[in-house]
Amino acid sequence: MAKFRVLPGFGLSLGYTLLYLGLIVLIPLSATFLKTAGMSWADFLAAVASPRVMASYRLSFGASFIAAAINTAAGLLVAWVLVRYSFPGKKVVDSLVDLPFALPTAVAGIALTAIYAPNGWIGSLLMPLGIKSAFSPFGVIIAMTFIGLPFVVRTVQPVLEDLDPEVEQAAATLGANRLTTFIYVIFPEIWPALLTGFAMAFARAIGEYGSVVFIAGNMPMKTEITPLLIITKLEQYDFRGATAIAVVMLVVSFILLLGINLLQRFTTRRRNAFA
Amino acid sequence: MPRQLQNPVRPAVARGAASPLAEPAWVRWLLIAAALGFLALFLGLPLAAVFIEAFRKGVSTYLAAFEDPDAWAAIKLTLLTAGIAVPLNLVFGLAAAWCITKFDFRGKSLLITFIDLPFAVSPVISGLIYVLLFGAQGWFGPWLAAHDIKIIFAVPGIVLASIFVTFPFVARELIPLMQSQGSDEEEAAVSLGATGWQTFWHVTLPNVRWALLYGVILCNARAMGEFGAVSVVSGHIRGKTNTLPLHVEILYNEYNFVAAFACASLLAFLAIVTLVLKSIIEGRHLSKP
Repeated sequence: MAKFRVLPGFGLSLGYTLLYLGLIVLIPLSATFLKTAGMSWADFLAAVASPRVMASYRLSFGASFIAAAINTAAGLLVAWVLVRYSFPGKKVVDSLVDLPFALPTAVAGIALTAIYAPNGWIGSLLMPLGIKSAFSPFGVIIAMTFIGLPFVVRTVQPVLEDLDPEVEQAAATLGANRLTTFIYVIFPEIWPALLTGFAMAFARAIGEYGSVVFIAGNMPMKTEITPLLIITKLEQYDFRGATAIAVVMLVVSFILLLGINLLQRFTTRRRNAFA
Repeated sequence: MPRQLQNPVRPAVARGAASPLAEPAWVRWLLIAAALGFLALFLGLPLAAVFIEAFRKGVSTYLAAFEDPDAWAAIKLTLLTAGIAVPLNLVFGLAAAWCITKFDFRGKSLLITFIDLPFAVSPVISGLIYVLLFGAQGWFGPWLAAHDIKIIFAVPGIVLASIFVTFPFVARELIPLMQSQGSDEEEAAVSLGATGWQTFWHVTLPNVRWALLYGVILCNARAMGEFGAVSVVSGHIRGKTNTLPLHVEILYNEYNFVAAFACASLLAFLAIVTLVLKSIIEGRHLSKP
Protein backbone atom coordinates (compact mmCIF):
# COMPACT_ATOMS: atom_id res chain seq x y z
CA MET A 1 0.00 0.00 0.00
CA ALA A 2 2.68 2.50 0.97
CA LYS A 3 3.99 2.65 -2.59
CA PHE A 4 6.13 5.55 -3.66
CA ARG A 5 3.97 7.83 -5.75
CA VAL A 6 5.52 9.31 -8.86
CA LEU A 7 2.40 10.94 -10.24
CA PRO A 8 0.94 14.02 -8.60
CA GLY A 9 -2.69 14.91 -8.02
CA PHE A 10 -3.76 12.10 -5.70
CA GLY A 11 -5.12 14.36 -2.98
CA LEU A 12 -6.88 16.70 -5.37
CA SER A 13 -8.52 14.03 -7.53
CA LEU A 14 -9.56 11.78 -4.64
CA GLY A 15 -10.77 14.74 -2.60
CA TYR A 16 -12.86 16.10 -5.44
CA THR A 17 -14.23 12.62 -6.25
CA LEU A 18 -15.31 12.02 -2.66
CA LEU A 19 -16.78 15.51 -2.26
CA TYR A 20 -18.80 15.31 -5.47
CA LEU A 21 -19.87 11.72 -4.82
CA GLY A 22 -20.95 12.63 -1.30
CA LEU A 23 -22.89 15.74 -2.26
CA ILE A 24 -24.66 14.35 -5.33
CA VAL A 25 -25.14 10.67 -4.47
CA LEU A 26 -24.39 9.52 -0.94
CA ILE A 27 -25.92 12.27 1.21
CA PRO A 28 -29.15 12.49 -0.84
CA LEU A 29 -29.52 8.68 -0.90
CA SER A 30 -28.96 8.42 2.83
CA ALA A 31 -31.80 10.93 3.31
CA THR A 32 -34.28 8.17 2.41
CA PHE A 33 -32.94 5.88 5.12
CA LEU A 34 -32.79 8.65 7.73
CA LYS A 35 -36.33 9.74 6.91
CA THR A 36 -37.70 6.24 7.48
CA ALA A 37 -35.56 5.75 10.59
CA GLY A 38 -37.88 8.27 12.26
CA MET A 39 -40.90 6.07 11.58
CA SER A 40 -42.18 3.50 14.03
CA TRP A 41 -42.09 -0.13 12.89
CA ALA A 42 -45.88 -0.26 12.71
CA ASP A 43 -46.05 2.90 10.59
CA PHE A 44 -43.35 1.56 8.29
CA LEU A 45 -45.16 -1.75 7.83
CA ALA A 46 -48.44 0.02 7.19
CA ALA A 47 -46.75 2.10 4.50
CA VAL A 48 -44.86 -0.68 2.72
CA ALA A 49 -47.28 -3.58 3.13
CA SER A 50 -50.72 -2.12 2.54
CA PRO A 51 -52.82 -4.11 0.04
CA ARG A 52 -52.37 -1.49 -2.71
CA VAL A 53 -48.58 -1.48 -2.27
CA MET A 54 -48.45 -5.28 -2.14
CA ALA A 55 -50.40 -5.43 -5.40
CA SER A 56 -47.86 -3.07 -6.97
CA TYR A 57 -44.96 -5.29 -5.82
CA ARG A 58 -46.65 -8.31 -7.38
CA LEU A 59 -47.04 -6.47 -10.67
CA SER A 60 -43.60 -4.84 -10.67
CA PHE A 61 -41.66 -7.94 -9.65
CA GLY A 62 -43.81 -10.41 -11.61
CA ALA A 63 -43.78 -8.42 -14.85
CA SER A 64 -40.06 -7.64 -14.45
CA PHE A 65 -39.31 -11.32 -13.98
CA ILE A 66 -41.29 -12.35 -17.06
CA ALA A 67 -39.77 -9.55 -19.15
CA ALA A 68 -36.24 -10.46 -18.01
CA ALA A 69 -36.94 -14.12 -18.84
CA ILE A 70 -38.14 -13.16 -22.34
CA ASN A 71 -35.02 -11.01 -22.71
CA THR A 72 -32.79 -13.87 -21.64
CA ALA A 73 -34.12 -16.21 -24.32
CA ALA A 74 -34.37 -13.56 -27.04
CA GLY A 75 -31.08 -11.94 -25.99
CA LEU A 76 -29.21 -15.25 -26.30
CA LEU A 77 -30.75 -15.74 -29.75
CA VAL A 78 -29.81 -12.22 -30.89
CA ALA A 79 -26.27 -12.48 -29.47
CA TRP A 80 -25.79 -15.89 -31.12
CA VAL A 81 -27.00 -14.64 -34.51
CA LEU A 82 -24.83 -11.51 -34.28
CA VAL A 83 -21.67 -13.43 -33.31
CA ARG A 84 -21.98 -16.61 -35.38
CA TYR A 85 -23.76 -15.70 -38.61
CA SER A 86 -23.35 -13.05 -41.24
CA PHE A 87 -26.24 -11.42 -43.01
CA PRO A 88 -26.79 -8.11 -44.78
CA GLY A 89 -27.28 -5.14 -42.47
CA LYS A 90 -25.70 -6.89 -39.51
CA LYS A 91 -23.78 -3.80 -38.37
CA VAL A 92 -26.93 -1.68 -38.32
CA VAL A 93 -28.80 -4.35 -36.39
CA ASP A 94 -25.92 -4.58 -33.92
CA SER A 95 -26.04 -0.83 -33.19
CA LEU A 96 -29.85 -0.82 -33.07
CA VAL A 97 -29.74 -3.23 -30.12
CA ASP A 98 -28.73 -0.29 -27.91
CA LEU A 99 -31.79 1.74 -28.89
CA PRO A 100 -33.54 1.22 -25.52
CA PHE A 101 -30.52 2.86 -23.83
CA ALA A 102 -30.53 5.81 -26.20
CA LEU A 103 -34.25 6.43 -26.72
CA PRO A 104 -35.79 8.56 -23.94
CA THR A 105 -38.16 6.42 -21.92
CA ALA A 106 -41.13 8.74 -22.40
CA VAL A 107 -40.75 8.45 -26.17
CA ALA A 108 -40.62 4.67 -25.94
CA GLY A 109 -43.67 4.79 -23.67
CA ILE A 110 -45.92 6.74 -26.02
CA ALA A 111 -44.69 4.82 -29.10
CA LEU A 112 -45.42 1.45 -27.48
CA THR A 113 -48.81 2.69 -26.32
CA ALA A 114 -49.66 3.87 -29.83
CA ILE A 115 -48.76 0.42 -31.20
CA TYR A 116 -50.55 -1.67 -28.58
CA ALA A 117 -53.59 0.54 -27.85
CA PRO A 118 -56.91 -1.02 -28.94
CA ASN A 119 -56.78 1.04 -32.16
CA GLY A 120 -53.02 0.61 -32.67
CA TRP A 121 -51.16 -1.51 -35.24
CA ILE A 122 -50.78 -4.58 -33.05
CA GLY A 123 -53.40 -3.78 -30.42
CA SER A 124 -56.14 -3.86 -33.06
CA LEU A 125 -54.95 -7.30 -34.18
CA LEU A 126 -54.91 -8.68 -30.63
CA MET A 127 -58.24 -7.15 -29.60
CA PRO A 128 -60.43 -9.57 -31.68
CA LEU A 129 -58.51 -12.46 -30.09
CA GLY A 130 -59.65 -11.19 -26.71
CA ILE A 131 -56.14 -10.07 -25.73
CA LYS A 132 -55.90 -6.65 -24.17
CA SER A 133 -52.32 -5.53 -24.63
CA ALA A 134 -52.09 -1.87 -23.63
CA PHE A 135 -53.59 -0.84 -20.26
CA SER A 136 -53.11 -4.33 -18.81
CA PRO A 137 -50.27 -6.23 -17.08
CA PHE A 138 -49.38 -7.58 -20.54
CA GLY A 139 -48.63 -4.02 -21.65
CA VAL A 140 -46.35 -3.58 -18.61
CA ILE A 141 -44.44 -6.71 -19.67
CA ILE A 142 -44.08 -5.38 -23.23
CA ALA A 143 -42.61 -2.08 -22.03
CA MET A 144 -40.25 -3.83 -19.61
CA THR A 145 -39.11 -6.22 -22.34
CA PHE A 146 -38.26 -3.21 -24.51
CA ILE A 147 -36.29 -1.47 -21.80
CA GLY A 148 -34.29 -4.58 -20.77
CA LEU A 149 -33.53 -5.82 -24.27
CA PRO A 150 -29.85 -4.77 -24.61
CA PHE A 151 -28.61 -6.23 -21.31
CA VAL A 152 -28.51 -9.95 -22.12
CA VAL A 153 -27.27 -9.33 -25.67
CA ARG A 154 -24.40 -7.16 -24.44
CA THR A 155 -23.33 -9.50 -21.62
CA VAL A 156 -23.49 -12.71 -23.68
CA GLN A 157 -22.00 -11.32 -26.93
CA PRO A 158 -18.38 -10.92 -25.72
CA VAL A 159 -18.39 -14.34 -24.05
CA LEU A 160 -19.61 -16.00 -27.25
CA GLU A 161 -16.94 -14.15 -29.22
CA ASP A 162 -14.23 -15.42 -26.88
CA LEU A 163 -15.26 -19.07 -27.02
CA ASP A 164 -12.42 -21.23 -28.21
CA PRO A 165 -13.52 -23.01 -31.44
CA GLU A 166 -11.17 -25.86 -30.69
CA VAL A 167 -13.45 -27.04 -27.92
CA GLU A 168 -16.35 -27.23 -30.34
CA GLN A 169 -14.14 -28.98 -32.87
CA ALA A 170 -13.19 -31.51 -30.22
CA ALA A 171 -16.85 -32.10 -29.43
CA ALA A 172 -17.60 -32.61 -33.14
CA THR A 173 -14.66 -35.02 -33.48
CA LEU A 174 -16.08 -37.04 -30.62
CA GLY A 175 -19.35 -37.33 -32.52
CA ALA A 176 -21.48 -34.64 -30.89
CA ASN A 177 -24.05 -32.90 -33.08
CA ARG A 178 -24.62 -29.13 -32.83
CA LEU A 179 -27.40 -29.34 -30.27
CA THR A 180 -25.39 -31.65 -28.01
CA THR A 181 -22.39 -29.35 -28.41
CA PHE A 182 -24.50 -26.35 -27.50
CA ILE A 183 -25.99 -27.96 -24.40
CA TYR A 184 -22.83 -29.60 -23.04
CA VAL A 185 -20.02 -27.39 -24.36
CA ILE A 186 -21.28 -23.89 -25.11
CA PHE A 187 -24.02 -23.41 -22.53
CA PRO A 188 -21.80 -24.17 -19.50
CA GLU A 189 -19.51 -21.38 -20.71
CA ILE A 190 -22.17 -18.73 -21.16
CA TRP A 191 -24.63 -19.28 -18.32
CA PRO A 192 -22.95 -16.86 -15.87
CA ALA A 193 -23.17 -14.13 -18.52
CA LEU A 194 -26.80 -15.06 -19.22
CA LEU A 195 -27.63 -14.86 -15.54
CA THR A 196 -25.85 -11.50 -15.23
CA GLY A 197 -27.85 -10.14 -18.16
CA PHE A 198 -31.04 -11.49 -16.64
CA ALA A 199 -30.33 -9.81 -13.30
CA MET A 200 -29.49 -6.49 -14.99
CA ALA A 201 -32.66 -6.55 -17.10
CA PHE A 202 -34.70 -7.51 -14.02
CA ALA A 203 -33.18 -4.71 -11.92
CA ARG A 204 -33.77 -2.15 -14.65
CA ALA A 205 -37.38 -3.25 -15.18
CA ILE A 206 -38.26 -2.99 -11.47
CA GLY A 207 -37.23 0.66 -11.32
CA GLU A 208 -38.46 1.62 -14.78
CA TYR A 209 -41.00 4.41 -14.92
CA GLY A 210 -41.19 6.40 -18.17
CA SER A 211 -41.76 3.64 -20.69
CA VAL A 212 -44.24 1.82 -18.45
CA VAL A 213 -46.61 4.53 -17.16
CA PHE A 214 -48.12 5.32 -20.55
CA ILE A 215 -48.92 1.74 -21.54
CA ALA A 216 -49.85 0.47 -18.07
CA GLY A 217 -53.15 2.29 -17.60
CA ASN A 218 -52.25 2.81 -13.92
CA MET A 219 -55.32 1.33 -12.26
CA PRO A 220 -54.78 0.88 -8.50
CA MET A 221 -54.49 -2.79 -7.46
CA LYS A 222 -54.29 -3.86 -11.11
CA THR A 223 -51.80 -2.08 -13.32
CA GLU A 224 -50.03 0.23 -10.91
CA ILE A 225 -46.25 -0.27 -10.73
CA THR A 226 -44.33 0.46 -7.53
CA PRO A 227 -42.37 3.51 -8.84
CA LEU A 228 -45.68 5.13 -9.83
CA LEU A 229 -47.02 4.52 -6.33
CA ILE A 230 -44.07 6.54 -4.95
CA ILE A 231 -45.06 9.45 -7.17
CA THR A 232 -48.73 9.11 -6.21
CA LYS A 233 -47.82 9.27 -2.51
CA LEU A 234 -45.62 12.30 -3.13
CA GLU A 235 -48.44 14.08 -4.89
CA GLN A 236 -50.63 13.42 -1.85
CA TYR A 237 -47.87 14.94 0.34
CA ASP A 238 -47.37 11.54 2.00
CA PHE A 239 -43.58 11.94 2.06
CA ARG A 240 -43.02 9.24 4.67
CA GLY A 241 -45.12 6.70 2.81
CA ALA A 242 -43.30 7.48 -0.44
CA THR A 243 -39.90 7.27 1.23
CA ALA A 244 -40.72 3.99 2.99
CA ILE A 245 -41.60 2.34 -0.34
CA ALA A 246 -38.45 3.86 -1.84
CA VAL A 247 -36.36 2.27 0.91
CA VAL A 248 -37.83 -1.15 0.14
CA MET A 249 -37.00 -0.66 -3.56
CA LEU A 250 -33.50 0.61 -2.77
CA VAL A 251 -32.74 -2.41 -0.59
CA VAL A 252 -33.88 -4.73 -3.39
CA SER A 253 -31.78 -2.77 -5.93
CA PHE A 254 -28.68 -2.91 -3.74
CA ILE A 255 -29.03 -6.66 -3.24
CA LEU A 256 -29.40 -7.11 -7.00
CA LEU A 257 -26.39 -4.83 -7.62
CA LEU A 258 -24.31 -6.88 -5.19
CA GLY A 259 -25.37 -10.11 -6.91
CA ILE A 260 -24.58 -8.67 -10.34
CA ASN A 261 -21.13 -7.51 -9.19
CA LEU A 262 -20.32 -10.95 -7.77
CA LEU A 263 -21.53 -12.64 -10.96
CA GLN A 264 -19.43 -10.29 -13.11
CA ARG A 265 -16.34 -10.94 -11.03
CA PHE A 266 -16.97 -14.67 -11.42
CA THR A 267 -17.44 -14.33 -15.19
CA THR A 268 -14.30 -12.21 -15.66
CA ARG A 269 -12.23 -14.65 -13.66
CA ARG A 270 -13.46 -17.55 -15.81
CA ARG A 271 -12.78 -15.64 -19.01
CA ASN A 272 -9.29 -14.74 -17.88
CA ALA A 273 -8.63 -18.31 -16.85
CA PHE A 274 -9.39 -19.47 -20.38
CA ALA A 275 -7.66 -16.63 -22.18
CA MET B 1 -6.99 -15.92 -33.36
CA PRO B 2 -10.21 -17.93 -33.08
CA ARG B 3 -11.37 -16.37 -36.36
CA GLN B 4 -8.55 -17.83 -38.44
CA LEU B 5 -9.24 -21.27 -37.11
CA GLN B 6 -12.87 -21.03 -38.05
CA ASN B 7 -12.36 -19.83 -41.57
CA PRO B 8 -11.21 -23.04 -43.25
CA VAL B 9 -14.34 -24.74 -42.00
CA ARG B 10 -16.93 -22.07 -42.72
CA PRO B 11 -16.88 -21.98 -46.56
CA ALA B 12 -18.03 -25.59 -46.75
CA VAL B 13 -21.01 -24.62 -44.64
CA ALA B 14 -21.78 -21.65 -46.79
CA ARG B 15 -22.13 -23.98 -49.75
CA GLY B 16 -24.78 -25.89 -47.81
CA ALA B 17 -22.74 -28.97 -47.07
CA ALA B 18 -23.46 -30.65 -43.75
CA SER B 19 -20.72 -29.91 -41.24
CA PRO B 20 -20.47 -31.00 -37.65
CA LEU B 21 -19.13 -27.52 -36.80
CA ALA B 22 -22.00 -25.39 -37.99
CA GLU B 23 -25.74 -25.56 -37.97
CA PRO B 24 -27.53 -26.63 -41.18
CA ALA B 25 -28.43 -23.69 -43.44
CA TRP B 26 -32.14 -23.89 -42.67
CA VAL B 27 -31.46 -23.68 -38.93
CA ARG B 28 -29.22 -20.69 -39.48
CA TRP B 29 -31.81 -18.83 -41.51
CA LEU B 30 -34.54 -19.74 -39.06
CA LEU B 31 -32.51 -18.36 -36.15
CA ILE B 32 -31.59 -15.20 -38.08
CA ALA B 33 -35.25 -14.69 -39.04
CA ALA B 34 -36.40 -15.22 -35.45
CA ALA B 35 -33.81 -12.79 -34.05
CA LEU B 36 -34.53 -10.12 -36.66
CA GLY B 37 -38.27 -10.61 -36.22
CA PHE B 38 -37.97 -10.06 -32.47
CA LEU B 39 -35.83 -6.95 -32.95
CA ALA B 40 -38.16 -5.56 -35.63
CA LEU B 41 -41.15 -6.05 -33.32
CA PHE B 42 -39.56 -4.58 -30.20
CA LEU B 43 -37.14 -1.99 -31.62
CA GLY B 44 -37.99 -1.24 -35.24
CA LEU B 45 -41.70 -0.85 -34.77
CA PRO B 46 -41.61 1.63 -31.85
CA LEU B 47 -38.98 3.74 -33.62
CA ALA B 48 -41.02 3.78 -36.83
CA ALA B 49 -44.19 4.54 -34.87
CA VAL B 50 -42.70 7.78 -33.51
CA PHE B 51 -42.06 9.22 -36.97
CA ILE B 52 -45.22 7.86 -38.59
CA GLU B 53 -47.44 9.27 -35.84
CA ALA B 54 -45.57 12.58 -35.98
CA PHE B 55 -46.19 12.98 -39.72
CA ARG B 56 -49.67 11.44 -39.69
CA LYS B 57 -51.35 14.74 -40.54
CA GLY B 58 -48.67 16.05 -42.85
CA VAL B 59 -45.55 18.14 -42.62
CA SER B 60 -47.29 21.42 -41.85
CA THR B 61 -49.08 19.99 -38.79
CA TYR B 62 -45.76 18.49 -37.74
CA LEU B 63 -44.02 21.84 -38.02
CA ALA B 64 -46.88 23.60 -36.25
CA ALA B 65 -45.94 21.73 -33.08
CA PHE B 66 -42.75 23.79 -32.95
CA GLU B 67 -44.55 27.12 -33.19
CA ASP B 68 -45.70 26.60 -29.62
CA PRO B 69 -43.51 28.81 -27.37
CA ASP B 70 -43.81 26.17 -24.64
CA ALA B 71 -42.09 23.66 -26.93
CA TRP B 72 -39.21 26.10 -27.41
CA ALA B 73 -38.99 26.73 -23.69
CA ALA B 74 -38.82 22.95 -23.20
CA ILE B 75 -36.09 22.57 -25.81
CA LYS B 76 -34.07 25.38 -24.25
CA LEU B 77 -34.40 23.94 -20.76
CA THR B 78 -33.36 20.51 -22.03
CA LEU B 79 -30.24 21.99 -23.65
CA LEU B 80 -29.45 24.03 -20.54
CA THR B 81 -29.81 20.97 -18.28
CA ALA B 82 -27.54 18.82 -20.43
CA GLY B 83 -25.17 21.78 -20.79
CA ILE B 84 -24.66 21.86 -17.02
CA ALA B 85 -24.92 18.16 -16.15
CA VAL B 86 -22.58 16.81 -18.83
CA PRO B 87 -19.53 19.06 -18.14
CA LEU B 88 -19.85 18.52 -14.38
CA ASN B 89 -19.94 14.74 -14.78
CA LEU B 90 -17.11 14.97 -17.30
CA VAL B 91 -14.83 16.70 -14.79
CA PHE B 92 -15.89 14.25 -12.11
CA GLY B 93 -15.26 11.29 -14.41
CA LEU B 94 -11.72 12.47 -15.12
CA ALA B 95 -10.96 13.10 -11.44
CA ALA B 96 -12.40 9.75 -10.37
CA ALA B 97 -10.59 7.84 -13.12
CA TRP B 98 -7.30 9.59 -12.28
CA CYS B 99 -7.33 8.72 -8.58
CA ILE B 100 -8.70 5.20 -9.11
CA THR B 101 -6.36 4.13 -11.91
CA LYS B 102 -3.14 5.95 -11.03
CA PHE B 103 -2.95 5.26 -7.30
CA ASP B 104 -3.46 2.46 -4.81
CA PHE B 105 -5.60 3.11 -1.79
CA ARG B 106 -7.89 1.24 0.53
CA GLY B 107 -11.59 1.02 -0.32
CA LYS B 108 -11.06 1.45 -4.04
CA SER B 109 -13.52 -1.22 -5.12
CA LEU B 110 -16.10 0.20 -2.71
CA LEU B 111 -15.60 3.61 -4.33
CA ILE B 112 -16.17 2.10 -7.79
CA THR B 113 -19.37 0.47 -6.55
CA PHE B 114 -20.57 3.80 -5.11
CA ILE B 115 -19.93 5.54 -8.43
CA ASP B 116 -22.18 2.99 -10.14
CA LEU B 117 -24.98 3.39 -7.56
CA PRO B 118 -27.11 5.86 -9.57
CA PHE B 119 -27.58 3.22 -12.29
CA ALA B 120 -29.10 0.85 -9.73
CA VAL B 121 -31.59 3.39 -8.40
CA SER B 122 -35.06 3.82 -9.90
CA PRO B 123 -35.38 7.19 -11.69
CA VAL B 124 -38.33 8.02 -9.47
CA ILE B 125 -36.17 7.59 -6.36
CA SER B 126 -33.44 9.70 -7.99
CA GLY B 127 -35.92 12.55 -7.98
CA LEU B 128 -37.40 11.75 -4.59
CA ILE B 129 -34.07 12.07 -2.75
CA TYR B 130 -33.77 15.74 -3.74
CA VAL B 131 -37.35 16.41 -2.70
CA LEU B 132 -36.44 14.99 0.71
CA LEU B 133 -33.49 17.37 0.94
CA PHE B 134 -34.73 20.55 -0.69
CA GLY B 135 -38.55 20.21 -0.85
CA ALA B 136 -40.86 22.40 1.26
CA GLN B 137 -40.91 19.68 3.95
CA GLY B 138 -37.30 18.62 3.37
CA TRP B 139 -34.22 19.06 5.56
CA PHE B 140 -33.20 22.37 3.99
CA GLY B 141 -36.74 23.36 2.96
CA PRO B 142 -37.40 25.95 5.68
CA TRP B 143 -33.95 27.54 5.26
CA LEU B 144 -34.37 27.73 1.46
CA ALA B 145 -37.85 29.21 1.83
CA ALA B 146 -36.54 31.83 4.28
CA HIS B 147 -33.88 32.85 1.76
CA ASP B 148 -36.31 32.71 -1.16
CA ILE B 149 -34.33 30.04 -3.03
CA LYS B 150 -36.30 27.53 -5.05
CA ILE B 151 -34.69 24.21 -5.95
CA ILE B 152 -37.61 21.78 -6.15
CA PHE B 153 -40.21 22.62 -8.80
CA ALA B 154 -37.55 24.83 -10.36
CA VAL B 155 -34.58 24.56 -12.70
CA PRO B 156 -31.90 23.71 -10.06
CA GLY B 157 -33.83 20.58 -9.02
CA ILE B 158 -34.09 19.45 -12.64
CA VAL B 159 -30.35 19.96 -13.12
CA LEU B 160 -29.54 18.10 -9.88
CA ALA B 161 -31.73 15.12 -10.79
CA SER B 162 -30.17 15.01 -14.26
CA ILE B 163 -26.66 15.08 -12.79
CA PHE B 164 -27.60 12.18 -10.53
CA VAL B 165 -28.97 9.89 -13.25
CA THR B 166 -26.02 10.56 -15.59
CA PHE B 167 -23.42 10.47 -12.81
CA PRO B 168 -21.51 7.25 -13.71
CA PHE B 169 -21.38 7.49 -17.53
CA VAL B 170 -18.01 9.19 -18.11
CA ALA B 171 -16.25 7.58 -15.13
CA ARG B 172 -17.25 4.05 -16.08
CA GLU B 173 -15.92 4.48 -19.64
CA LEU B 174 -12.61 5.96 -18.47
CA ILE B 175 -11.77 3.68 -15.54
CA PRO B 176 -11.38 0.36 -17.42
CA LEU B 177 -9.46 2.01 -20.27
CA MET B 178 -7.04 3.91 -18.03
CA GLN B 179 -6.58 0.77 -15.95
CA SER B 180 -5.51 -1.22 -19.00
CA GLN B 181 -3.25 1.59 -20.26
CA GLY B 182 -1.31 1.75 -17.00
CA SER B 183 0.80 4.69 -15.82
CA ASP B 184 4.08 4.16 -17.70
CA GLU B 185 3.62 7.05 -20.12
CA GLU B 186 2.61 9.46 -17.36
CA GLU B 187 5.53 8.38 -15.20
CA ALA B 188 7.90 8.92 -18.13
CA ALA B 189 6.50 12.42 -18.68
CA VAL B 190 6.87 13.35 -15.01
CA SER B 191 10.39 11.97 -14.82
CA LEU B 192 11.29 14.11 -17.86
CA GLY B 193 10.19 17.15 -15.90
CA ALA B 194 6.57 17.67 -16.93
CA THR B 195 4.23 19.07 -14.29
CA GLY B 196 1.13 17.16 -13.27
CA TRP B 197 -1.17 19.30 -15.39
CA GLN B 198 1.14 19.10 -18.41
CA THR B 199 1.18 15.31 -18.08
CA PHE B 200 -2.59 15.24 -17.80
CA TRP B 201 -3.19 17.53 -20.82
CA HIS B 202 -0.54 16.16 -23.15
CA VAL B 203 -0.31 12.49 -22.21
CA THR B 204 -3.42 11.22 -20.44
CA LEU B 205 -6.13 13.20 -22.21
CA PRO B 206 -5.02 12.35 -25.78
CA ASN B 207 -4.82 8.68 -24.80
CA VAL B 208 -8.38 8.55 -23.51
CA ARG B 209 -10.07 11.08 -25.80
CA TRP B 210 -12.27 8.59 -27.66
CA ALA B 211 -13.46 6.84 -24.51
CA LEU B 212 -14.12 10.28 -23.06
CA LEU B 213 -16.19 11.31 -26.08
CA TYR B 214 -18.03 7.99 -25.91
CA GLY B 215 -18.96 8.59 -22.28
CA VAL B 216 -19.99 12.17 -23.00
CA ILE B 217 -22.30 11.08 -25.83
CA LEU B 218 -24.07 8.52 -23.64
CA CYS B 219 -24.22 10.98 -20.74
CA ASN B 220 -25.71 13.65 -22.99
CA ALA B 221 -28.37 11.34 -24.44
CA ARG B 222 -29.53 10.36 -20.99
CA ALA B 223 -29.41 13.94 -19.65
CA MET B 224 -31.59 15.20 -22.50
CA GLY B 225 -33.97 12.25 -22.39
CA GLU B 226 -34.42 11.66 -18.65
CA PHE B 227 -38.05 11.49 -17.67
CA GLY B 228 -38.78 9.82 -14.32
CA ALA B 229 -36.32 11.67 -12.09
CA VAL B 230 -37.00 15.03 -13.69
CA SER B 231 -40.74 14.43 -13.54
CA VAL B 232 -40.61 14.17 -9.73
CA VAL B 233 -38.74 17.43 -9.16
CA SER B 234 -40.10 19.53 -12.01
CA GLY B 235 -43.59 20.49 -10.91
CA HIS B 236 -44.60 20.56 -14.59
CA ILE B 237 -44.94 24.33 -14.92
CA ARG B 238 -45.55 25.00 -18.61
CA GLY B 239 -42.95 27.14 -20.29
CA LYS B 240 -40.84 27.15 -17.11
CA THR B 241 -39.92 23.76 -15.68
CA ASN B 242 -40.79 21.38 -18.50
CA THR B 243 -37.98 19.62 -20.29
CA LEU B 244 -38.71 18.16 -23.71
CA PRO B 245 -39.65 14.66 -22.43
CA LEU B 246 -42.04 16.25 -19.90
CA HIS B 247 -43.51 18.44 -22.64
CA VAL B 248 -44.13 15.26 -24.67
CA GLU B 249 -45.99 13.77 -21.71
CA ILE B 250 -48.21 16.83 -21.26
CA LEU B 251 -49.12 16.99 -24.95
CA TYR B 252 -49.83 13.26 -24.97
CA ASN B 253 -52.08 13.44 -21.91
CA GLU B 254 -53.98 16.30 -23.57
CA TYR B 255 -54.63 13.98 -26.54
CA ASN B 256 -52.55 16.28 -28.73
CA PHE B 257 -50.91 13.22 -30.27
CA VAL B 258 -49.37 14.78 -33.38
CA ALA B 259 -47.60 17.49 -31.38
CA ALA B 260 -46.54 14.93 -28.76
CA PHE B 261 -45.01 12.67 -31.39
CA ALA B 262 -43.50 15.66 -33.22
CA CYS B 263 -41.58 16.62 -30.07
CA ALA B 264 -40.84 12.94 -29.44
CA SER B 265 -39.39 12.68 -32.95
CA LEU B 266 -36.71 15.23 -31.99
CA LEU B 267 -35.72 13.00 -29.07
CA ALA B 268 -35.85 9.88 -31.27
CA PHE B 269 -33.60 11.68 -33.75
CA LEU B 270 -31.21 12.44 -30.91
CA ALA B 271 -31.23 8.73 -30.03
CA ILE B 272 -30.41 7.76 -33.62
CA VAL B 273 -27.55 10.28 -33.78
CA THR B 274 -26.28 8.89 -30.46
CA LEU B 275 -26.32 5.32 -31.79
CA VAL B 276 -24.55 6.32 -35.02
CA LEU B 277 -21.80 8.24 -33.18
CA LYS B 278 -21.48 5.41 -30.69
CA SER B 279 -20.95 2.76 -33.36
CA ILE B 280 -18.49 4.99 -35.26
CA ILE B 281 -16.39 5.46 -32.13
CA GLU B 282 -16.65 1.77 -31.22
CA GLY B 283 -15.69 0.63 -34.70
CA ARG B 284 -12.76 2.98 -35.31
CA HIS B 285 -11.29 3.98 -32.02
CA LEU B 286 -12.19 1.63 -29.22
CA SER B 287 -11.43 -2.02 -29.29
CA LYS B 288 -13.87 -3.18 -26.69
CA PRO B 289 -12.35 -5.94 -24.56
